[in-house]
Amino acid sequence: MPKDGLEENNEVKLDGQGKPLWLCLELTYRCPLQCPWCNNPLDFDTYKDELSTDDWVRVLREGREMGALQVGFTGGEPMMRKDIVEITAEASKLGYYTNLVTGGVGLTKDKLEALKEAGLNQIQLSIQSCDPVMTNKLVGAEAHDDKIQTAHDIKDLGFPLSLNVPVCRESIDQTREILDMCEEVKADYLEYVQIQYYNWALLNRDELLPSRDQVIYAEELINEARERLGKKMTIYFVVPDYHDKFPKACMNGWGAIHLTIAPDGTAMPCQEARIIKEIDFPSVRDHDLSWIWHESPAFSLYRGDDWMKEPCRSCDNKEQDVGGCRCQAYMLTGDATNTDPVCYKSPHHHIIEEAIEAADRVGRNPRPYVMRRVQSASDLRQSSAGE
Amino acid sequence: MAEAPQVDETPQIDPADQFEVHPFYVFRWEESQEAHVLLYPEGVVKLNDTAAEILKLCDGDRSVTQIIDELKNVYDVSDPDTASRIEAGVYKFLEDSHAKGWTRRK
Repeated sequence: MPKDGLEENNEVKLDGQGKPLWLCLELTYRCPLQCPWCNNPLDFDTYKDELSTDDWVRVLREGREMGALQVGFTGGEPMMRKDIVEITAEASKLGYYTNLVTGGVGLTKDKLEALKEAGLNQIQLSIQSCDPVMTNKLVGAEAHDDKIQTAHDIKDLGFPLSLNVPVCRESIDQTREILDMCEEVKADYLEYVQIQYYNWALLNRDELLPSRDQVIYAEELINEARERLGKKMTIYFVVPDYHDKFPKACMNGWGAIHLTIAPDGTAMPCQEARIIKEIDFPSVRDHDLSWIWHESPAFSLYRGDDWMKEPCRSCDNKEQDVGGCRCQAYMLTGDATNTDPVCYKSPHHHIIEEAIEAADRVGRNPRPYVMRRVQSASDLRQSSAGE
Repeated sequence: MAEAPQVDETPQIDPADQFEVHPFYVFRWEESQEAHVLLYPEGVVKLNDTAAEILKLCDGDRSVTQIIDELKNVYDVSDPDTASRIEAGVYKFLEDSHAKGWTRRK
């Protein structure tokens, strides 16, 4: 404390200082749900060789040595791993803030108690609608009632309750009722999240992307709720990037603070990066995390802004939005070094405008969702082999 | 009759208030940052020394007055200006940190 009194500002800026602060561990791609916006790869069913418990513990230890503070266990459904409690206990012992990202299936009260005992800090539970019929349709399983029960159990055990509600065209008009539901189960945090259009979500984009009017109305209701609920429930809501003027600052930049490990040990700067086929991502089976983070070509590829082309290179906003998302640029324009086409300055921005128009077209014939199933994955492989 | 508020929202700090770190937050020293940090769902805050000094005293037991007295014992307050700055600083910090959800009233 300075002798002459107290400083005004309590927070010190936490940039990564080159450290991977966030570790995202995709423990498995196995999942009892079939959500059509799943961000897992289209060939998720071919990843059978998951890392062992010892591998995950080693990754956690190496991450902590490098200054990682937060770990998220996700998937697939992390509860499908028999060693989830063991892995959580190790992470907690190492000093991580531990987050479990779950669909709730398999998260019984016994398991919750064991996780609490293991030191788990928080659970982010996904729920898709306030209406059981809609939830079950969207996830392709009878899951709604279990999810609600799990929400109550989470509260009963004294965990903070974070609900993650993905917003899509079919459910967004229920915003008011969904907010009521979240209030009823006493959620502490609500992430009313926009679907990001990669992998399964991209296949289903026309059916999932809400219209601009739907988004504007939902935002009004969210703002009302924020006003009314104050600190009782913290609500995170951002306008979907397709409807925004500037792109999202994806992962705060490539290889800046995020490190994802896929079930097979592949290390990536985000969960979607494998979309970029030309990049050879390293595996924790072959290298330690420090080499992967500091030395591997894959992680330094789009660090900083040297890789940027125009219009990013000379843009005043480049430090705020880091040029958007490399995966989205690659997927939609074929070149990961292009400006994210969500940006109004991008020469490819028409792709986004056309997608919004296509989804909104009057008289468009809705198609059924392509659910994230083993059967769909194998059908997709067959049809792409036939092309 | 108005319902009793379920959540402690009062921004006004009373000298007798007792604050504790909100149980959703983990407050600890982090060697790799050479600083105290607050960890919470999906977030990390790195604190400066001043904030950490005050937060350490937010144990749910000490009152605001006691926190101020303890800090006055630690620092040289022969200059009355310093004493009043400490007092104002503690109030300001408790207001801010409470508004951010880092602490709650016991």
